[in-house]
Amino acid sequence: MKKDIIDELLVISGKGGTGKTSVTASFAVLAGKAVLADCDVDAADLHLLLSPDIRERHPFFSGREAIIRQQDCTGCNVCMDVCRFDAVREFEGKYRIDPVGCEGCGVCVRFCPVKAIDFPERLCGEWMLSDTRCGPMVHAQLGVAAENSGKLVSTVREQALEVAVEKEIPLIISDGPPGIGCPVIASLSGVSLALVVTEPTVSGLHDLQRVLALARHFSVPAAVCVNKWDINPEQTERIESAARSAGAEIAGRIRYDRSVTQAQLQQKAAVEFESAVADDIRKVWEQTLSML
Amino acid sequence: MAIRIAVASGKGGTGKTTVSLNLAARFGEPVQLADCDVEEPNDNLFLKCEHLASSEVVMLTPQVNKDLCTGCGACGEICQFRGIISLGSKAIVFPELCHGCGGCFRVCPTGAISETPHQIGKISIGQSGNIRLVEGRLEVGVSLVPPVIRAVREQLLEDMPAILDAPPGTSCPVVATLRDCDYVLMVTDPTPFGLHDLKLAVAMVRELGLPCGVVVNRAGDDRVGLYRFCEEQNLPVLLSIPDDRLIAEVVSRGGLVADALPEYGLMFSELSEKLKKRVRPTGGKP
Repeated sequence: MKKDIIDELLVISGKGGTGKTSVTASFAVLAGKAVLADCDVDAADLHLLLSPDIRERHPFFSGREAIIRQQDCTGCNVCMDVCRFDAVREFEGKYRIDPVGCEGCGVCVRFCPVKAIDFPERLCGEWMLSDTRCGPMVHAQLGVAAENSGKLVSTVREQALEVAVEKEIPLIISDGPPGIGCPVIASLSGVSLALVVTEPTVSGLHDLQRVLALARHFSVPAAVCVNKWDINPEQTERIESAARSAGAEIAGRIRYDRSVTQAQLQQKAAVEFESAVADDIRKVWEQTLSML
Repeated sequence: MAIRIAVASGKGGTGKTTVSLNLAARFGEPVQLADCDVEEPNDNLFLKCEHLASSEVVMLTPQVNKDLCTGCGACGEICQFRGIISLGSKAIVFPELCHGCGGCFRVCPTGAISETPHQIGKISIGQSGNIRLVEGRLEVGVSLVPPVIRAVREQLLEDMPAILDAPPGTSCPVVATLRDCDYVLMVTDPTPFGLHDLKLAVAMVRELGLPCGVVVNRAGDDRVGLYRFCEEQNLPVLLSIPDDRLIAEVVSRGGLVADALPEYGLMFSELSEKLKKRVRPTGGKP
């Protein structure tokens, strides 16, 4: 199968905790067969609903990290002078690099006059290829307090595309990260459609406008779905009208219903149970499919 | 140095902003609130501060003087981020990949590289009652978040307590917020996602060597074993906020829970007293 006939649907939100993962898992069930990609690599949750059988695990190395060899350090202070990330710490004449602050730029390594700084590759996490009841899934876990989540997202997407080509599955559904920074940009660039799941709050509206501006910046078509819309119907109206003005389509509304959490407790997607909210999600799915 | 408390969570939407705002509103003395969720800053939607000052956050990115560049390749060799390349030709800069480390500028043997400021965000400072708000705001389309968070922290006054509203997740933007804080308050909810992401966040906070406590939001039936996990991990639960639709409605309108629902205002006053007893300034040396 050629890459260019594969559709990639990304679910994002701007604001966190609006229901991206619950919607993605339901879409995975409704699609019947799709390749699933969890691009929220620093707080991945999709596996909690899709119970993947892990087939392969791969370490993810990205970038490097500076480490001072104490026995060779002369305490000349050059590393601290050249570091722009406040990562060099000095304590009683001893210099060390705070791994959490190190950007991995290598400037201290290059300028250390006695070459006392090592610069090994940094293990930043792992990515996995799994089987689920809804199709193959690529997911990942970023290391604790690690960097380079954007590159790990790109790896997850590349692998998902490879699986789609190999297994001849023409649809990839991705669960995206919150925000508008590096991992979101890595998730968004080049997808067929971004579905933004938001909530009817002042924060939901504010964050939606920023994430829609980002989608426009990268020329990605966007659709909007208001989750828990009945918490504040007036705000839902405002959000939908702001979405239209920003050039996005409306994919529908999902009501507030505790059965979504009940499904989560049973490691299921909301649409695997009969409920009014399941019907809402089905309508949003059909509307979204028609836009692809 | 006054105390600095970060409010964090692994999962998004657990109520970090609600806890940060209401804790600040019931802190009982002048306090700073740092909105470090610079990708999606929301604190001022609720505070509607009187604006005091603003400034640009810039990063120094390289600019190549073609007349001086010999195409020696030294800049491309030191750059770890492919922000500048030179393959036998004059150097080309990709500003969106640049991390602003200054390496290329320092190694260029002919002085062909200069550094120019490139705007990546904005800082606004405002005042609302007792709260001095420092908000960071990333420019849309910019991917590099930590420098904007560092710029927010640079605007904090040393002698006034500060509450830092962190972004969700466990990666570099959160680490940039939590670094050198005295205490981390983690906000979670009793759902499978909430517990799973709390575990990741606790691992991160322990890696940073910071003391932490938990606020359980939308507390009700604990069917996932959240309180048991907190007990096993010696994580004090400092506050449980009931799952009350009234709170969701106040928040949806941009209201402050502590003002609109006085019984919850008392809870936040108690939380602030507990934190003042528990947290000691460490001056960034845990």
